Formats: sequence, structure tokens, C-alpha cells
Amino acid sequence: MSSDTIDVRYVAKLARIALTDEEVDKFGAQLGDLLAHVNALAELDTSLVPATAQVVESRNVERDDVVIPGLDREVVLSQAPQRQGAFFRVPRIIAE
Amino acid sequence: MALENDPIERSAADIARDVNAGTISASEVVEGTLAHVDAVDARVGAYLTILHDAARERAANVDARVRSGERLPLAGVPLAVKDNMCLTATRTTCGSRILEHWIAPYTATAVARMLEAGCVPIGKTNLDEFAMGSSCENSALGITRNPYDLSRVPGGSSGGSAAAVAAREAAIGLGSDTGGSIREPGAFCNLIGFKPTYGRISRYGLIAFASSLDQIGPLTRTVEDAALAYDAMAGHDPMDATSIDRPVEPAAASLRRDLHGLRIGLVREFDTEKLGPDVDKAYDRAYAELKALGADLVEVSLPTADYGLATYYLIAPAECSSNLSRFDGVRYGLRVDADDVQAMYERTRAAGFGSEVKRRILIGTHALSSGYYDAYYVRAQKARTLIARDFETAFASCDLIACPAASSPAFAFNAKSDPYSMYMMDYYTIPMSLAGLPALSVPCGWVTPAGGVEPMPLGLQLCAPLFAEPLLLGAAHAYERATMHAVKHLPLVVSGARA
Amino acid sequence: MTVSYEAVIGIECHVELKTATKMFCGCPNEFGGEPNTKVCPVCLGMPGALPVPNRVAIEHMIRAGLAFGAEIPAFSKFDRKNYFYPDMPKDYQISQYDMPLTLGGTVKYWLEDGTMKTCRLTRIHLEEDTGKSSHAGSGDGRIAGSAYSLVDFNRAGVPLMECVSEPEIHSAVEAVAYLEALRLTLLQLGVSDVKMEEGSLRCDANVSIRLHGAAELGTKTEIKNMNSFRSVHRAIESEIARQTALLESGGRIVQETRGWDEVRGETHSMRSKEQAHDYRYFPDPDLVPMEPLAGAVERVTASIPELPWRRFERFTAEYGINPKQATQLVATGALATYFDRVVELTKRPQQVTNFVLGDLSRLANESGVPIAQSKVLPEALAELIALLEAKTINSKIAKDLLERMWAEGGSPASLVDSLGLAQTSDVGVIEKFVDDAIAANPKVVADYRAGKSNVAGFLVGQIMKASSGKADPALVKDLLLKKLA
Ligand SMILES: [Mg+2]
Ligand SMILES: [Zn+2]
Repeated sequence: MSSDTIDVRYVAKLARIALTDEEVDKFGAQLGDLLAHVNALAELDTSLVPATAQVVESRNVERDDVVIPGLDREVVLSQAPQRQGAFFRVPRIIAE
Repeated sequence: MALENDPIERSAADIARDVNAGTISASEVVEGTLAHVDAVDARVGAYLTILHDAARERAANVDARVRSGERLPLAGVPLAVKDNMCLTATRTTCGSRILEHWIAPYTATAVARMLEAGCVPIGKTNLDEFAMGSSCENSALGITRNPYDLSRVPGGSSGGSAAAVAAREAAIGLGSDTGGSIREPGAFCNLIGFKPTYGRISRYGLIAFASSLDQIGPLTRTVEDAALAYDAMAGHDPMDATSIDRPVEPAAASLRRDLHGLRIGLVREFDTEKLGPDVDKAYDRAYAELKALGADLVEVSLPTADYGLATYYLIAPAECSSNLSRFDGVRYGLRVDADDVQAMYERTRAAGFGSEVKRRILIGTHALSSGYYDAYYVRAQKARTLIARDFETAFASCDLIACPAASSPAFAFNAKSDPYSMYMMDYYTIPMSLAGLPALSVPCGWVTPAGGVEPMPLGLQLCAPLFAEPLLLGAAHAYERATMHAVKHLPLVVSGARA
Repeated sequence: MTVSYEAVIGIECHVELKTATKMFCGCPNEFGGEPNTKVCPVCLGMPGALPVPNRVAIEHMIRAGLAFGAEIPAFSKFDRKNYFYPDMPKDYQISQYDMPLTLGGTVKYWLEDGTMKTCRLTRIHLEEDTGKSSHAGSGDGRIAGSAYSLVDFNRAGVPLMECVSEPEIHSAVEAVAYLEALRLTLLQLGVSDVKMEEGSLRCDANVSIRLHGAAELGTKTEIKNMNSFRSVHRAIESEIARQTALLESGGRIVQETRGWDEVRGETHSMRSKEQAHDYRYFPDPDLVPMEPLAGAVERVTASIPELPWRRFERFTAEYGINPKQATQLVATGALATYFDRVVELTKRPQQVTNFVLGDLSRLANESGVPIAQSKVLPEALAELIALLEAKTINSKIAKDLLERMWAEGGSPASLVDSLGLAQTSDVGVIEKFVDDAIAANPKVVADYRAGKSNVAGFLVGQIMKASSGKADPALVKDLLLKKLA
């Protein structure tokens, strides 16, 4: 199992959550604790065990290619934090 | 099972029978319930939104349907809906700042089926933010108190629905259970808290926490009501690819009176001694009651169940880290403005999510991130396989498994400040969630916790193999009828409201 | 000292599948429309909404995979690719990571001179498209320097096939030929409209160069923003030239993403330092795995038509059609089928080609009706060619008849009968026309006899006109020259 440390700043960047320095420390400690607990999983021999993504094994659940009425645009845009005409508006996009 | 003649005391089954018979109208039931809610909810805090108008309108609609000759299995039954389920044109918050003002443009399938069956939605109930928690203390939008002791938590995350039903502010509460979020508040609030098999009830319109674990279920004061709610909601939904397309055997019709011929497994590894002397004895009494009802008690082993918590606290956060990405300030919900879109995301999510949600998003992001995926996420999925296999093996030698529903009775506010001690509350419920099994909590006795004055309820968890809901509910019904633990105390907030 | 470099190119295409609805919801899959009108809780990533896969999109994937000879694995699943972007509603894309619906396969394509080429595919996987952002405030609509962006989610959730080639293409010309073959195949399979101008085909190119004969691959750059096959060609040429010049001057290629600037005709660096993306792929827990059943795969196999490259090979090798004409013939599946049928009836491929690519194509262009859907049935065209072969009619009459058949349909043989258009080969009759023409045009005759032999054509025209086009032109010429001599 991996070490009990977690690069909180890196993970918070991936998750798009701004953290204060205090939060970085606090979450870092709490998540380190939690990782120490979950590291107990290393005791299990799972080398030959298949992974379970879902407990109930359905397959090939598909939909007919038939149009279903969607949402009214005004209903959709009435929820927008910022709209411009028929569009959702967002602040400038900068390259990552 | 009529507890009293007071309309708000009546079970859903009784209300539906009377409304269908025309001896009382849905509107009368709902007016009585709304008046009671208005009287007590300021102290309980079960509801985030009370739907006075919508409830009255819906009740009138039910009355019209009944008058036109329809018979509705849940005619006029007051319903409390956890606020992570969409109800069209209604605020749906998930107990979060980020969705505080969001109006859902559609209705969740499970809710729609309850309404179709005749239920009347009284309001949307409080929850731990995005259903992450075991006490309801993680809601950003309010405090919900345990109706049996207002200084204690109602449990969580479906604490609002549990408190509402316990305080007679609804006859049925809808909850969602990811790792115990129906069963634990059910136990804390002296209710039946029932989580069906994963995929039995559609998740469409349930705001996802962990998609492979989330399951909607009812919180009720009687097993019969839980069975009626299950019968109304269960079944395939083409809008949810993980909902099971397999016929549903109605549960309300197969409730039983004894446990003869049933083998009930007690889990060797679930040592109840660590629960404390009083609680320990209460569970021993409960197991003895099962035996007295005719069950064969057998010992079963779940050797990997002890790894449930570790497995769960990787899988659920991993899924939630992705599920909650969509709360980004672009299409709906809170936005904190910024100069560029990356900063907007970061500030919006920093302001919109509470600490517990952030913790889980961070741990889940970490578990999925490059270099850690195999060590954490994949290993947890493999452990999940082992846990599910343990249950399969156990069910080869028993029909049901019995164990505690929570690690303690309802605790006082702020008693669990360390996240891991809170996570431990779900020690007994998480393994069943990981295995997708149907399980419920049924009242099994009372203890007065150290430092408390009121006796608090305990819940016995019963768990069945996949799709064996009728067996599970049938056995719970026999136990409930024989023991009548639930009716031994009435919440003070209810008796007080009448005095 | 001259060194010579070899370019190594891999092409990544995103192709929107042709379905009635989006990949995971029932919203219509149509190009254009008023912004944000083809949306629902699912494709807007509303809280609580869940995806359910479109059966037809999955069949399209299997159809395309089988057409390229790919393996259809017995197990496949959807994964989430996690990253934040304003036009991506859930801030993850449902895609396929390690178990795509199709693996491997080969695209066969051909060059202008008829050379056949192959390029192996790495994989084809299924994913959902994003919405569309337009950038405001930068003057030129570009993202760089923009003040804000506007988002339309109509396209969000449209089924998208991502088709990744191995780096086995070695020039801009080959890259375009590869794309053209891919486009034709997907079009004829009916799985996509493949229109670059509507964005239903989008492609990026990975370009590197290495010394001829070198085994190791050079450092590659990824070229984006190519909006037509022409810009693909120009962009790759320009990038190869840039990399060559850089290496020759002792520089180093940096692995990066470069954008193609259509106006300046060059690529420019888009992301100077390539950020390692951490997409945190994991199986989508809202969806269940796919296990394409043998029966379904067989059904799809049976529905696959003859592919353009195979037709091209047959038309050139068996029919002897030149590569340029063969390329035109296979450009539409229905046209190629039409052509094949007429050849089958006449056994005269070149003559059929001339009609199909000549007069019929002109008529099709003028009327907007495709040849294969016109009133000129393959049997009728075959009959017309037979009449011509039998010298019952001449080519001038054939042309006129074709116009009439295009407008009214019908059999050319009965038209010839009813209109009395059969060719005249009666020497007596034709001789009379020839004599009349010589008598009526003394100056022309004098010119001819003075050595201007090319004026004979004028006299032939006069004679043909006088015979209402029915005179056998060969006979006319014969008689005329004799009499002028
Ligand atoms: Mg892609
Ligand atoms: Zn949609």
C-alpha cells in the first residue's frame, strides 16, 4: 500500500477546490489518519480476486434510439448563475 | 397496526385504508399533519422545505382520484422526502450551500412512484450534506434533532426523514442509504429503516453520492408500512441503467407472524461486547427473542467484514469525487465569481461544500489519481469482492443475518468530532452495502445512555440475500409484532405537543 | 552533406455517430438549432440524472469495427475521464479507457496513382461529445485573449467515435488519403455524416520525423485545429518542414500541442509545457458492462456493404478503370452499386464509366438528383449502351436520349422506335445529304480543296443536321471525303 501521506495541494487542484493554508494542514492530517486506517486493506491477499465495480451483474442495458422531449430552455437557463441570451456565460477560459 | 386514533399517529397502512374507504379524506389527513408540523418542527428541524401548498393540492388530487373509484395503496399518506431526491419545481438542496437555491426541473422516479401510489409530499428533509455523514450534523442548512431526546442527533444521513417520521410529521420518510444512512437513523429514531437490494429502486433523480452503493428506501414506524412503500417503489426503471430488470415479488402480502423454520445467522466476528454493557445485553435479549419466535440461531462468519470500513472509505469517496464535479458554478447552483474559469471553479467549490464533503472529494480524488489507483481504488474493489463472497458463504448456512444496526444509540451533538469515530458508526451496516444486500433496522429495545436522561431506542439489523426482500420484511414483521419495542415510548416532542 | 528525413504520422479522429438521439439520453442528435434547446437533465449533467446508452450507437461502433477488421472483445465497459471544462456538463466525460468496444483493425486506402496502402488502427472507442463554447472579447473568436465564453449544450452528449491510428502514415498526401478512405467507409456504413464543416469529423495529427531507416521514433507534436482535408494537408506539410528545419539547424523538437493557423499557414505552440493530465479514469458506476453477443455481431457483419477500398481495387484491377475515375465512382456507395449493375449488364466498364462520370454526372449536378435515384434505371442505361454498340443510334442521339430519359424515364429502345431516331446507314440517302451540302457551301469546299482540311468538320455538321442527327457519322465522313477528293 502507498504511504500515509497525501499531497493535499495537488489533489485539491485536481478537484478544483481552493484551500487555505490552514485547511491544507487540517485536511492533510485528517486524510493521513484515514489513509492509515484504509492501509489495513494491504493485509488482504487480493492477488487472484476480481474487482467488483457493481454488485448486481447486469449486462447490455441499452435504450432504443427514440427522441424523448427535453427541458424548456427558459427552465434550464433560469438556473444559470450567469446567462447571456440563449447561452450560459462563464469567465474567461485560460489554458491549463 | 393502529397505534392510536389520532390521525398523525396512524400508520400509512391505516391512513390508506381509511382514505380509500372514504372515512377520512386525504385533505383532512394532510391538514392535520401540516398543523402538527407547524407546531413541532421548529424544535425538531426535520424539514428544510415544507410544501404547504403543494401538499394541499396533491391531497385534493388524491381525494378526487379516490372519489372517481381509484384505490391507491398509499392514499393520502403524508410523505417526507430526503432533500437529495428531485421533486419538480421544488427546491432540492442536498443540505448544501452549493444547491441551496436550486429548483429541480424533474422528479425522481422513486418519488414519482410514491406520489402515483397516493402519497402526499409534506416537505423535503434535512440530511448530512450530499448524504455524507451519520448524524445530520453535516448539513449546511440546519440542525435536526432526535425527537426522543432533542439534545441528541437523529442519525444520518437520512436524519431529517427519520426525525420527521419519529415526530409524526409524516407517516413515511424516504431516505437513501450508501453505507447505513437509512438503517442507522432508523435505529436512532425508533423506526424501521429499510435498504432494499442495490438496483431494486431506481436512483434516477437521487442526487448521487456513491453510485454503486446508493439505494433509496423507506423509514417507517411499522414494517407493514415499509413493505407498502417498497411495493410502490421497487421495480425496473428504464431511466436508470443500474436498476434491475427482474419481477418484484410484493412484500406487503407476505408478512409473517413467527420465525419458525428460519435459520438466523449471528456473525462470529461482530463482538457486541465493545458496544458497552447495557447495549450488549439488549442485543443478547434481541437474539433470544428471535429464538423464542422459532428461529434457529446459527453462527456464521464474515471474516473480511472488518475491512468493510476501509473498503467503503475508498470506493465511496472515489465515486463521489467524480459525481460531485458537476457542481462547478456553470449551469446551476452557487457561483463565486472570479476572473477566470479555473479560479471560479475553485472558489465556488470552496465556498459551496462543507468540510466533510471536501474531505471525501479529496480522499477520493487521491484514490483515483495517477500512481495510487491500483493501490487504493482497485484494491478496494477487490476487497469488495471478498466481502460479498463472505456473505454468499454465510447465506449457504442461514436465511437471514442478525446484528446491531449501529455502534451505539443516538449520541449527543458534537460528540464525534474526529471523522473516523463518526465513520465507525456505520461499522455494522457498511458490509451489507458493499455486498448490495437488502437489510433493515427494526426497533429492538431501549437503553438510557451514560449522561442521558431519556431512554433511547436500539435497532436490530436484519440482512437477507440479494432480492429476498419479502423474506426480510416478513421476518422483521414477526419480530416487531411479537416484541412491540417501538411503542414502549413516545417522543417527548409529540407527547409534549399534546399536553 | 544532405540528410533525408522520414515523417511518421498518426491520426486521431473524432466522428459523431449518426443516430436519432444522443448517446445517453433521448435528446435529438441534430446539427445546429437554437442554442440550449436540445437538452435534458441527463445531457446537462443535472443533479440526479443518469445515463442510459443508445443501442444504435453501440451497433454503429461494432459495424465500424467489423468493417475495419477489428476485434470486437467479448467484454467492454464505459469509464469516466475526469477533468473540468465549462462545456462538459458533468466535468467528466463518459468514454472508454482500457476495454473499448473495438480493438485493432486496418484502414486500407489508396493514393492518386492507385497504389494501395494500409494503416493499422490502435482502437476505436465510444464516448460522448461536449457542448460548444464560443469565445468573446478576443476579436477573432479565439480562446486566447478572450474575456468570457458562452456555452451551448446542444451538442453535449452526442455519440462520438474516437478512432486512433498507429503511427504508420508517412506524408501529408497519405494522411489525407487515409482520412478520405476513413470518411468514405464510415459514410457508406451509415454510421456518420462525416462532415468536417459541421464538426461531425474532427481530427488531430501526431507528427514526428526521423532519419530514413532509423528504428526509433522522433519526438512528436500534436497538431490541432485543422478544419478541412486541405488544412490537414497544409498543416502536416508545414509541420514536417518546421521540424526538419529545426533539426537541421541543430535544434530539438519539443513534445507539445500545436495549433494550425489557416491564415498564416503555419502551426504555433498552444501549450508550451505539456502538462501531465491526471484524468483519474475509473469504470462508470452508473453504467453496466457490454458483452456484445455473437448473434448481434453476426447480424451486423451481414449488413456491411462492400467497402470503398475493395471496390476501388476491383474497379481498377478487374475493370481497368483509371484510379482517378475509380475514386470518383466509389465516392458514393449507391453510385458504385449503380455502376456495378450497369457493368454487369453491358460488360463495358469504360463506356459505363464515361456515361456515369460524364453526361449523367452533369445531369445529376444540374438537377440535384443523385444518379442512383434518377429515372435512368441501370437497365435503361445498359440498353442505351447496347443501342450505341449496335450502331442503332449514334452518340449524338444517345446524348439527346439520355436527357429525355433523365426527365421522363422509360426505355431507350422504345423511345428510339416511337421517335424514329434509329441511325440511317442507307448510302443512297446519305449521299443525297452530302451532295446537297457540297452544293450549298461552294466557298467551304474551295477552302478544303485549297488545303484547309479542317473545314470538313463543318460540312459533316451540316449533313448531320440535315439528317436530324440520324445519319451514321462514320459513313457521312467517308462519303464526304470521297466526294471532295
Ligand atoms: Mg476523446
Ligand atoms: Zn439530453
